[in-house]
Amino acid sequence: MPFGNTHNKSKMNYSAEQEYPDLSQHNNHMAKVLTLDMYAKLRDKETPSGFTLDDVIQTGVDNPGHPFIMTVGCVAGDEETYEVFKDLMDPVIEDRHGGYKPTDKHKTDLNAANLQGGDDLDPNYVLSSRVRTGRSIRGFSLPPHCSRGERRGIEQLSIEALDSLEGDLKGRYYALKNMTEEEQQQLIDDHFLFDKPVSPLLLASGMARDWPDARGIWHNDNKTFLVWVNEEDHLRVISMQKGGNMREVFTRFCTGLTKIEDLFKDRGHEFMWNEHLGYVLTCPSNLGTGLRAGVHVKLPHLSKHEKFGEILKRLRLQKRGTGGVDTAAVGGVFDISNADRLGFSEVELVQMVVDGVNLLVNMEKRLEGGDGIDDMMPEQK
Amino acid sequence: MPFGNTHNNFKLNYTVDDEYPDLSKHNNHMAKVLTKEVYGKLRDKQTPSGYTLDDVIQTGIDNPGHPFIMTVGCVAGDEESYEVFKDLLDPVISDRHGGYKPTDKHKTDLNFENLKGGDDLDPNYVLSSRVRTGRSIKGYTLPPHNSRGERRAIEKLSIEALTSLDGEFKGKYYPLKSMTDAEQEQLINDHFLFDKPVSPLLTCAGMARDWPDARGIWHNDNKTFLVWVNEEDHLRVISMQKGGNMREVFRRFCVGLQKIEEIFKKHNHGFMWNEHLGYILTCPSNLGTGLRGGVHVKLPKLSTHPKFEEILTRLRLQKRGTGGVDTASVGGVFDISNADRLGSSEVDQVQLVVDGVKLMVEMEKKLEKGEAIDSMIPAQK
Repeated sequence: MPFGNTHNKSKMNYSAEQEYPDLSQHNNHMAKVLTLDMYAKLRDKETPSGFTLDDVIQTGVDNPGHPFIMTVGCVAGDEETYEVFKDLMDPVIEDRHGGYKPTDKHKTDLNAANLQGGDDLDPNYVLSSRVRTGRSIRGFSLPPHCSRGERRGIEQLSIEALDSLEGDLKGRYYALKNMTEEEQQQLIDDHFLFDKPVSPLLLASGMARDWPDARGIWHNDNKTFLVWVNEEDHLRVISMQKGGNMREVFTRFCTGLTKIEDLFKDRGHEFMWNEHLGYVLTCPSNLGTGLRAGVHVKLPHLSKHEKFGEILKRLRLQKRGTGGVDTAAVGGVFDISNADRLGFSEVELVQMVVDGVNLLVNMEKRLEGGDGIDDMMPEQK
Repeated sequence: MPFGNTHNNFKLNYTVDDEYPDLSKHNNHMAKVLTKEVYGKLRDKQTPSGYTLDDVIQTGIDNPGHPFIMTVGCVAGDEESYEVFKDLLDPVISDRHGGYKPTDKHKTDLNFENLKGGDDLDPNYVLSSRVRTGRSIKGYTLPPHNSRGERRAIEKLSIEALTSLDGEFKGKYYPLKSMTDAEQEQLINDHFLFDKPVSPLLTCAGMARDWPDARGIWHNDNKTFLVWVNEEDHLRVISMQKGGNMREVFRRFCVGLQKIEEIFKKHNHGFMWNEHLGYILTCPSNLGTGLRGGVHVKLPKLSTHPKFEEILTRLRLQKRGTGGVDTASVGGVFDISNADRLGSSEVDQVQLVVDGVKLMVEMEKKLEKGEAIDSMIPAQK
């Protein structure tokens, strides 16, 4: 791949016009923002580890658009990407995160006690509850850019940290590359296994290189807390369980995450975080909290209501199919989660999910009874 | 993508053991050759344009094996790759090309008159005949590595060269990115259209970046001569027609190729060639002539004969499905072509196809009559 600085310098023999990508068929955040002038200004730059502008934007050049979602079209290769390429990243962040300005500060709140309610979402409708986030380990470059040595270093550190968890968080690591058939089947049945990315959005950014080297899954014995190592981010931390007790899911999430952070710190490694962008992750869409809290919920009536899209928008929620971001809903069951990541704290986002889903379920029950829901329409949050 | 020399230098902070890929599950030419020692020796090197060892081998790491063929597992990013990384590429070339040594010389012969016969393969069996090769334009890096600016310059030069052809070669260029639906449909029906690569062998090497920018198809009005621009190589040149007149196909191939080469030379961009490796192409498997001369031929009986493979091996031929390299045959119709590329000339290779296919059709006819073919089994060519 040609995106290092020797080749970056030799690309300077061509004019900005000659190198500027054709974005005329494109519809992603990067394409909306990257003008020829901006390209010209940034194209000779690189981060200390050698990530260049073309590295940042390649996925957005290769993927003009997505049927269900407005994609970001650019990724970070390291913590410094957000600084060196701020002329591109700041407007992308602003557009993606509801007008978030370069001077704004992000609030982190991982104190689950601050959540109100959330333990009683109706399990007749809410089939499961889940909270995930990502974390990047300072000092290493990110999945689009990291070498095998770095990735293995991250895996090694992660195994050491996770192996020292105790109590209901005690668990085990399964490296992807030497998983047995049985282990693999069990992890699939538990809905834990992640596979080599097939999405061209991810592949085009280089995240799948060297698969499955240094990738793995750790989960606790209770199967309610798991960590993906070296998938789209260094770490993805997930708390999940059947039913509607989002409060418990979030409490375990916060406790586990805080413990893991302490364990990494004990070993001389922090998570990438700053007061402007919060937690720094590979995809600009996951900055801030990196948090997606969601439920699988049965909404066969409401989902057909003409105002469904509008209601979700006002509640600051987002729908996905139950297979995740690139899927459609099956049988009226939707994945409903917070749309925001940056500019709100973890507690605030989970609160929006809890309150919003409560309302959606009540609307569903109304519609089941053949009644209207016009009086229940929420304000824009 | 991390493969530039800043990141390459950065990777040197990790030991050879940290960075050396896990090739334990791999079965390709690169994996057979790349020991830790060779990796250690080559990992700090780069070509003048910045192509590094990890760039060369990424496709082979990401693709451990292939169901039908022994893959090469490495690519060149520029002409110099074959020199800078000769400690890896020489043994790969030797293994792939029947023991070809670093001191061997390759013979180029594009004088079609040196071919004997070839105009009378039985059209009841031989449905179509085709000869293809690749050409790389000196002064530009290759598809795994080139920038948009370079790729566009290659396209521009190619269009100038091709649109100046006349007589039987007069034709038109169709850029992929501005093709109409009608043009696309016609090109598909003519079996001319190439699409964005889906094979991970190609996508992992970076060849599909910026698709479909600066990619296109040129063909003559007669639809017997076509050129692919910026697919797996800078140029792929193809001569084809229905029926068994391979001689005519090869004549047109040689004449057209030489006309094109003259025009490129006038623009001071000749083809990459040297007396050891012949024509320099992206994949080491295509060095030498880069030539695949083949037919679609009906061999329903012969193909189920226990000695079919042995016969092909002795004739120095290879079978593929009629969809090309990654397909299986349908209805007893096979794509039969020369197996060799390096160490024999264009005329030599097409002669092998002509003589070999003639023999196989004779064998098929014998088997149709219920007779044996043991007396016809050829000696090893």
